[in-house]
Amino acid sequence: MREEDSSTREIIKDIRHENQTIVLVLAGEIDMKCSPKLRNKFMELLRNEPPLFVINMQQVEFMDSSGLGVLVEVLKCSRRYGGQLKLVGLGRSVRNIFEISRLDSVFQIYDTEEGALS
Amino acid sequence: MSVKTQKQDSSIKTQIELCICADPEYLGAVRMAVRQVAKVVGIAEDKSESVTLAVVEALTNVIRHSYGGPCDKPIIVKLSKIDGSGKNKPALEITIRDFGRHVDPESMKGRDLDKIRPGGLGVHIIQSVMDEIEYSRADERGTCLRMLKYIT
Repeated sequence: MREEDSSTREIIKDIRHENQTIVLVLAGEIDMKCSPKLRNKFMELLRNEPPLFVINMQQVEFMDSSGLGVLVEVLKCSRRYGGQLKLVGLGRSVRNIFEISRLDSVFQIYDTEEGALS
Repeated sequence: MSVKTQKQDSSIKTQIELCICADPEYLGAVRMAVRQVAKVVGIAEDKSESVTLAVVEALTNVIRHSYGGPCDKPIIVKLSKIDGSGKNKPALEITIRDFGRHVDPESMKGRDLDKIRPGGLGVHIIQSVMDEIEYSRADERGTCLRMLKYIT
């Protein structure tokens, strides 16, 4: 297993494989410091083409456009193989960047993991 | 990173000036400073988060485009309060000064949002959030970005 550096470990709190779904729990602040390594981790997880990829962002306190760009890339990648990406628990400040960039209508956004998984 | 705090006569401005290396490691420290100064000058919390985002986007652009990537070159971030007097509206003024490749202000335009792709959102975010934006060539090299957020 590839070693992750501390910045990735700080952002990724948990990774769960449930049936054919991957649930990734993120926490903290996402910016240029960690977004490249986060992208690499996402791409590694998408290699097996999970039908459903859920990203829980309830504990994400800040995200800039570098983080948003990673999510856009993940979305496009999952669509290419017919998979789904769902985001959970966008806090007010994180939702703000989605609204400013008009990407809130592009992503599937849920309040809870239960809602995203059902 | 170095921090200067300077309290001048209250009729002028209150300033915090940060000199950071062009390294994403320091973006978190700048966020903390912006949030705190925004709170002190009286910007509402939801708006201060947007201002924080705009500042981080501007710094990211400096690191990527003016300096070509993380390095130990300096970026000066100055946070000031403009008291409302005369024609001036009370505002939080943020200036970001770099010493890298000069960026033509004409090229700093937000991109078409109808295309869903990663990247290129920084300028659009800055323009959406801040009330006034001004890019200027700074002395011999580099760029100075001045942004205002009105305090309402």
